[in-house]
Amino acid sequence: MAEAIITINDLDYTVEDHTVLQDFNMQVIKGDYLTIAGPSGSGKSTLLKLMAGFLSPDRGTIVYQGQDITTYPITAYRQQVSYCIQQPLLFGTTVMDNFTFPYQINNQAVDHDRIQHLLAAVDLPQEYTQKKITELSGGERQRVALVRNLLLEPQVLLLDEVTAGLDERSKQIVLDLLAVEHQRGKTLVKVTHDTDEIHMAHHLVHLEKGGVS
Amino acid sequence: MQGLAVSNLSLLLALFLVVVAMGISVREKLDLHRDIIYAILRAIIQLTVVGYVLKAVFHVANIFLTLTLTLIIILNASWNAYQRNGRQKRGFIYSFIAIFSSTTVTIMILVLSGSIRPVAQQLVPISGMIASNSMVAIGLAYRAMRTQFKQQAQQVNEMLALGATGFQASRAIIRESIKTGMQPTIDSAKTVGLVSLPGMMSGLIFAGVDPVYAIKYQIMVTFMLMSATSIGSVIAIYLSYRNYFNDRLQLILPEE
Repeated sequence: MAEAIITINDLDYTVEDHTVLQDFNMQVIKGDYLTIAGPSGSGKSTLLKLMAGFLSPDRGTIVYQGQDITTYPITAYRQQVSYCIQQPLLFGTTVMDNFTFPYQINNQAVDHDRIQHLLAAVDLPQEYTQKKITELSGGERQRVALVRNLLLEPQVLLLDEVTAGLDERSKQIVLDLLAVEHQRGKTLVKVTHDTDEIHMAHHLVHLEKGGVS
Repeated sequence: MQGLAVSNLSLLLALFLVVVAMGISVREKLDLHRDIIYAILRAIIQLTVVGYVLKAVFHVANIFLTLTLTLIIILNASWNAYQRNGRQKRGFIYSFIAIFSSTTVTIMILVLSGSIRPVAQQLVPISGMIASNSMVAIGLAYRAMRTQFKQQAQQVNEMLALGATGFQASRAIIRESIKTGMQPTIDSAKTVGLVSLPGMMSGLIFAGVDPVYAIKYQIMVTFMLMSATSIGSVIAIYLSYRNYFNDRLQLILPEE
């Protein structure tokens, strides 16, 4: 039987009397490429934020590799289960500032080979490390943000509409990188509105108001 | 006390200055006249009470009474700084620790260096100056921190998503807030004597002290305010940035 990496049990989440998720249950299998679709307001992004530990459920549990995430050290959990925010914001001055940050917070030496490898994977030249973040296009920003999330080799990627608003080329580069990371064994959970991506999904979960269909 | 001639009558006549402010408020429809009357009445009552209290404390010249008065000043300053921070969790105790530390450290250095003597006439007014400047610096730093956490919420969340601790995700905000708290003291040190003749120096000159001697005290005040505002801002911000995160390291923004 396939091993679950994340299990969500009987989860309720309410915002100001509005029930977003109720008695919600879901399993993410290790190595899966799960696509979550559904109408606006169905709780897709909320579900990712709950899984990333950015929101706490009113009831129920989220279990990661057999351990309730509330008992897991939160910084270690977020490095294992990496949340890619919709329309990411880069920080610092240059692209390199964004790549050194994950290493700095872990007191690790910067792995320049890994940075170069991932930059090439998202079709950005090596010189881009010194480029000012204000000079990047929307598509380039998203690719840099994705590299930033991948540097420390997380086990799971939670992707919140990471291709929304991107031009076709950037979108394809991002999807290709995700496919490669999936083949390398990462578990991907992707929220999307994109009909092409929904049609191509390996494994689709359709969220209706407050539950799965 | 040559040249000091503030009689009750002259004070009453000087009240005309307040009438000017009231007149402007009425003419320009600022609706501030009630506020002005309230503020003036409070100032007169507070200062009169403080005048008599100080007279008694100086007369008794008891170190414990002096320290108690200093503590009251610090508690008041802490309460005010806490109010300016939107009454955050543990805000009063954080402000108290910051103002108490900045006042104590600065006073100790001044006493040990022989700049002031540990007597009520010197300790009480100097403590008041230090605590009030520390309070203003902390208030500015708190406000800057609140604004920046709001403006940079997404950036903080991005850093948290990468596995940063609350401190790592707030480092730029912490730095900027401390800077904001300290900046006015640094700016005023640059223009002291050129734009303004500050209170301590003016007071001494008013009382007939040689201006060259008065500036020594003003230089000491400049040194002590640098110390007080930096210690106060650093401690207050390092303690209170944690209020912006819960135990699951989720960013919590204060409601207005």
